[in-house]
Amino acid sequence: MGCRVTKSNQVQLKPCDRGNISVPAAATAMRAALLIQRWYRQYVARLEMRRRCTWNIFQSIEYSGQQDHIKLYNFFSYLMDHFSSANSQRNLVSQMFGESDPFQDAEWEKHFCYKDIEVPDVYTGPHLSFPLTISSVTELVDAFKNKQKLHARYVLQLLGKTWTLLRLMPNISHVCTCKHKEITICGDLHGHLEDLLLIFYKNGFPSAEAPYVFNGDFVDRGKESMEILLVLFAFLLLYPHDVHLNRGNHEDHIVNLRYGFTKEVLGKYQVHGKMILKLLQKIFSWLPLATVIDQKVLILHGGISDKTDLNVITKLDRHRFVSALRPLKRRGAWATRKEADDDFGSGRRRVQSLTHGAPLRLRQELQRHSVHSESGRTGRSVEEELRERRRLAGLSLPSDSDSAEDLEADTVEWKQIVDILWSDPMSQNGCVPNEVRGGGCYWGPDVTQEVLDRHKLQLLIRSHECKQEGYEFCHNGRVLTIFSASNYYDVGSNRGAYIRLGPDLIPHFKQFQASRSTRELTLRQSVGRTERSAFQALRMQLFAHKSALIREFQEYDPQCTGLISVKHWAVAVEKVLCLGLPWRVLRSQLVNSSTQDGTLNYQDWVSQLSVIQPNTEIANTSLLETLYKHHSNLESIFRMIDTDHSGLISFEEFHQTWKLLSSHLQTDISDKAISDLAESIDFNKDGSIDINEFMEAFRLVEHRRAEMEAPPPSPE
Amino acid sequence: MADKYNAENIITETQKRISNAFDVFDHESNKTVDVREIGTIIRSLGCFPSETDLHDIIAELEEEEPTGFVRYEKFLPTMTKILLERKFRPITEDLLLQAFEVLDQQKKGHLEPEELTKYLTQEGEPFTQEEIDEMLSAAVDPDKNVILYKDFVSMMTFDDTR
Repeated sequence: MGCRVTKSNQVQLKPCDRGNISVPAAATAMRAALLIQRWYRQYVARLEMRRRCTWNIFQSIEYSGQQDHIKLYNFFSYLMDHFSSANSQRNLVSQMFGESDPFQDAEWEKHFCYKDIEVPDVYTGPHLSFPLTISSVTELVDAFKNKQKLHARYVLQLLGKTWTLLRLMPNISHVCTCKHKEITICGDLHGHLEDLLLIFYKNGFPSAEAPYVFNGDFVDRGKESMEILLVLFAFLLLYPHDVHLNRGNHEDHIVNLRYGFTKEVLGKYQVHGKMILKLLQKIFSWLPLATVIDQKVLILHGGISDKTDLNVITKLDRHRFVSALRPLKRRGAWATRKEADDDFGSGRRRVQSLTHGAPLRLRQELQRHSVHSESGRTGRSVEEELRERRRLAGLSLPSDSDSAEDLEADTVEWKQIVDILWSDPMSQNGCVPNEVRGGGCYWGPDVTQEVLDRHKLQLLIRSHECKQEGYEFCHNGRVLTIFSASNYYDVGSNRGAYIRLGPDLIPHFKQFQASRSTRELTLRQSVGRTERSAFQALRMQLFAHKSALIREFQEYDPQCTGLISVKHWAVAVEKVLCLGLPWRVLRSQLVNSSTQDGTLNYQDWVSQLSVIQPNTEIANTSLLETLYKHHSNLESIFRMIDTDHSGLISFEEFHQTWKLLSSHLQTDISDKAISDLAESIDFNKDGSIDINEFMEAFRLVEHRRAEMEAPPPSPE
Repeated sequence: MADKYNAENIITETQKRISNAFDVFDHESNKTVDVREIGTIIRSLGCFPSETDLHDIIAELEEEEPTGFVRYEKFLPTMTKILLERKFRPITEDLLLQAFEVLDQQKKGHLEPEELTKYLTQEGEPFTQEEIDEMLSAAVDPDKNVILYKDFVSMMTFDDTR
């Protein structure tokens, strides 16, 4: 367009160009515009780079956080195996897992009855009457938009009807586009009500003319999981043939303990929360597992494995599998797996698209692992084999039947379900266990082709992984990930998206990004904010590994000078944290002090990493470190111990928890350290510990340095 | 002797930077990036190419039969040369300011959003709607509804020093 621009970078603006001419010479104005454009595009590119790097940080931390879940899981297995039934611990633990489920459905229905729950006159929230109508559901949505809460009576009533309905549904829903124009498919929502409302705003409510599929993970992380469920269930009751809900891996009461849904429900419904949770447990187990459109497009939450067989899935009793991750119930002794907690940290990292690092090395490790599994299986009896597979799979079998065939069938079925809910795609061919998530597998493009072809399907739509643009294709366009929770990691981190699918079965995407604050922020501000958040998260990770870091640094500092080269610093940090991040590039954001001659003082650096809230003083720093490392797991454990869901645990229980954790981790936590800790946080001095207060007290706060990094004042 | 050592050092450091930047967009971890990300990568390494410059570079980097991807083994030498020769050098704050002043024909000391929009979406290598919207959101003073370009330029280039 127009005249050719010279390659010279210098725009020559002669003095006579300025001055008294009323209109600048066309060529000069064009050159000026060009310069500004060139400069601005460079600026935006740098921001984009920063955003990408921030994204990588969040992803790495999230996946390393998944390993925490494995540790928690190991801990429970440990509990199950190390305490005999005579011991009170065992009862506590089995109570925690609700293992005894002797009642029939009819009895449960009586238990969940809402009829005796009265709604007081002072209640200003929405009232529901059944059967539901579109106007009452619209009213419900509006009420939630206005931050109102639905009364427990109506909650239980709605959930009860949902449970009844779900029990009539098959494991796989078959949908046809022939009648309808287009089907809308949404991915993970994770308690982000604002995103769901945004989707309804842009795309309309579900109806007979506008069918929807919601692909799992409705709850956890976000703060409005309950409201999302209620809205989705309400629409399900209203349009049972046009609203399809697939189960996600977060529709699982054990996962909910860890990721916030249990806490949310108990906080919102203090009297009836426990009952609501129990009913939800049943509802989750009755959620269908997959949806198929026009017999060509398969929609399920996580993914597939090389063993996936929709015929098997169609026939199984899905509700028997209440949780995919319940620890083993085993009669025999604990198997050989005594691995310490840290084993899982040794370099097993997600092979996936957005992280740095040495994926080739990891690929080789994974291949080696699967080869070992194969060779390990030879020479065992069927019984041992099953036990081994169960141990690896983590199954708590609902039936007590001893017959080998039953057990085998159960194992096969269970694996089908876990694979669907937990698997992730990888770019290499093959199918290997998903060590990071602790369930399901990584599957490659060859598996996609084989499984889809075998079932005569053309496309797999799944969710389960956050994507920066809200959606992403892989495996030559045969696998599509759709994710609908925007700003998942933090404000500005990612967009959400949904799919519209017509009879031509070609997906069309709509993206969005909720959050009022995002709209008011400029690109620069939102990138800056997300970045700060990511670095804060990184500092927490570093802090949690303080001792290991110092030990590693000392390896490079035999003369104990306290100094280490930047190069060695980067190598050491990666060795300890195993996040696969480009530490040398990140150094400037993480190391405050100047590095003369390319060396830094690591002792200083480690001690500056973070400060704790001033209202607690803990002398014992290793205890503190353990606390940070197992932060989330600790909360889960406390909540499980708090069986009456009061939010309080006694000193005795607190003490027991720590002792158990320390023996499992094979670390040493003295009784005195524990009592000191307990006393220091008994803010009410009433002999019991408020779980929320405890977790709050140890929330890592931003170092003073962060204040100095505040963005410069801007004209905005 | 010292010069040679330094020269090698510089090349190694440069190539490391290039490799790091490339890796950020190498989603499949197979040493390729989508050709549409090349502009971002090159710019993030401190270069200020125009769109035309980028077109030329990409033409060099693409395969004989374009696959939509650029391989690292092609990217590295091209990018190394660009960086070592310091092509597409940065636009200084002064120069940027001058450019705004040229557009401010009446010497008001500020620009109206419509004025700037007209220039940037019609002249040179025109902005897309998204680009101009984003720039205006950062540049327009919300009270006066004008672009105080001197302040804008100082603020934006402050970021460079962080």
